[in-house]
Amino acid sequence: MTTLEPGKDRGGIELRQLTKRYGKETVVDGISTTIAAGEFFSMLGPSGSGKTTTLMMIAGFADIDGGQILVDGADIADMPPQRRGFGMVFQNYAIFPHLSVTDNVAFPLRARRLPSDEIGRRVREALELVRLERFADRYSRQLSGGQQQRVAIARAIVFQPSIVLMDEPLGALDKNLRFQMQVEIKEIQRRLGMTVIYVTHDQEEAMNMSDRIAIMNHGRIEQVGRPAEIYENPTSNFIARFLGEANLVPGIVESVDSDVATLQTNGGLVLRARAGADLRVGSAAHLFVRPERIDIAPAGEMMTNPDSGNFATGRLIQTSFLGNILRHAVEIEPAVVVTVDVKNSRADLFRAVNQAATVSWLAADGVILQR
Amino acid sequence: MRPSRFNDGTTLIVPAVLLLALVFVVPLIWFFVRTLAGIGTFPEILSHVWSVVTSKAVITAMRTTNWISLIVTLLVLLISYPVAYYLANNRGWRFTLVLFCIIVPYFTSIIVRTYSWMVLLGRNGLVNQVLMQLGLIHQPLTMLYTEVGVLIGMVYVLLPYMVLTLFAAMKAIDPSLMRAAQGLGAGPLYAFARVYFPLSIHGVVSGSLIVFILSIGFFITPALMGGPSDVMIAMLIERSVEITFDFSSAAIMSLLLLFVTLVLYSIYYRLTDVRRMMGA
Repeated sequence: MTTLEPGKDRGGIELRQLTKRYGKETVVDGISTTIAAGEFFSMLGPSGSGKTTTLMMIAGFADIDGGQILVDGADIADMPPQRRGFGMVFQNYAIFPHLSVTDNVAFPLRARRLPSDEIGRRVREALELVRLERFADRYSRQLSGGQQQRVAIARAIVFQPSIVLMDEPLGALDKNLRFQMQVEIKEIQRRLGMTVIYVTHDQEEAMNMSDRIAIMNHGRIEQVGRPAEIYENPTSNFIARFLGEANLVPGIVESVDSDVATLQTNGGLVLRARAGADLRVGSAAHLFVRPERIDIAPAGEMMTNPDSGNFATGRLIQTSFLGNILRHAVEIEPAVVVTVDVKNSRADLFRAVNQAATVSWLAADGVILQR
Repeated sequence: MRPSRFNDGTTLIVPAVLLLALVFVVPLIWFFVRTLAGIGTFPEILSHVWSVVTSKAVITAMRTTNWISLIVTLLVLLISYPVAYYLANNRGWRFTLVLFCIIVPYFTSIIVRTYSWMVLLGRNGLVNQVLMQLGLIHQPLTMLYTEVGVLIGMVYVLLPYMVLTLFAAMKAIDPSLMRAAQGLGAGPLYAFARVYFPLSIHGVVSGSLIVFILSIGFFITPALMGGPSDVMIAMLIERSVEITFDFSSAAIMSLLLLFVTLVLYSIYYRLTDVRRMMGA
């Protein structure tokens, strides 16, 4: 695998105030971010958030209405797609149906007029990398979805691009295969040291593979950071709800003291948590806490976590069995239901629906977010 | 429930098949059998068939027919490909306008269209007048009653068949494939040559076969616009019937034409895979 190695420090991308309008609608609204060479960077967001349009502008298939795209410092706005030299993987694979697997993978090399012995060698290496050597002579209609996806990946990396763009490449695969392909793509990316810009609406996919995730909404980047960072410290309700399960307890900010704040719920409970950005006393806010960070016990029973920052007693209204976890819904106040996830262990499980229950969590596990 | 004979729809095509058999297949067979049987014994029939098929008039007419059909097919293909490409890659009013211009003449009688071309291409026709006014030519061009006239007329009449066939083939090409080709480093020409054209080739072959099949049976346009040397096989058949009353020769030539057409059609049938299109 000596030839499939792009330059280690090529492949950095910078977006500056990148903007795209369709008629009066601004679909990408002044995005700025820097993607380091060799980074796995995901753009995650609901449909219509502008993530695919951003990728299409980087690829050169959509015109830029404002801002700049710099690749290793050079503006690529005037470059046609075929000269940008990015590898591309499309959602529907876009395997050429009239060409065999070998010819598909050789396509970018032939377009670059490489000598045929080198084409043969590189195609073999790329097929080895995606473990498709045995399928070299097949056509796309003779391949499964996962195999077609591997062909698309081999074709995107065979010419050693320093940057590979992927547009929801696993969207059409079933769940088990999807996870396996995530691991494979990540492994190939790490091995070749290439920059990957990955568009997806699947949060697990983004968290599993990415070095950093940009969460997009309404044509803007709402938050960008490492997966764990975004998961633990969402900066807005939208992020909290979009990435994973989240409890958002409404209330009024009672006090803000540098990094700790308190929130008074409508029912009069006072809850402590870390302070989010721009928090003002007296304004409406939500307390955010992940379901797996909350403990639950029958009311009055000894809590496993006596120093927990927050307690609330309510009524267990539902328990859902999800296999690896049990998901409890506890109404701690009228119309305020807290979700509590408990690992399915062999210990006696607390499943007494309609019983009084106490929930508790550490102040450090919650964040109070401006509404 | 037991499957009924009515469920698979076979019964529904019975009236159409009956009608076709009664008014087309039966009279055709009756005509061939009667005229050929009138010649005499079987060896006599064979020798007559042989003498008609190898006669100078038939060979010349077949050569002319094939030559004109070939040129027409190539010209139609060359003109239709860009038009079909435009249709397949545009939407909205542009698409509608071009499609309208292709389809509307399709619904007009061939005779009317052929006479229109005669008015345009005649010695004092519009085309010659405009060219002379512009000073491009000093003598009117002879276009009518020549092979050029036949070609112009036939190309025009046959254009929609090719455009629509190519359009259907091109519309089936996944647009993301061209995008993928470009994204992977292919320039527009390379992407067209290596991806788009190969994927449209079955439309090219089907369209060409349709146009060629229709061309070899053409009568009105070459009869009205062609010169004395542009005798196509259909015109020869007409002359045998109308002028020399030689029904047996007409029958043999018709059979020859039918045979060539069926051979070409069987190729077309295989290529387009009618059965798959019908979902069987």
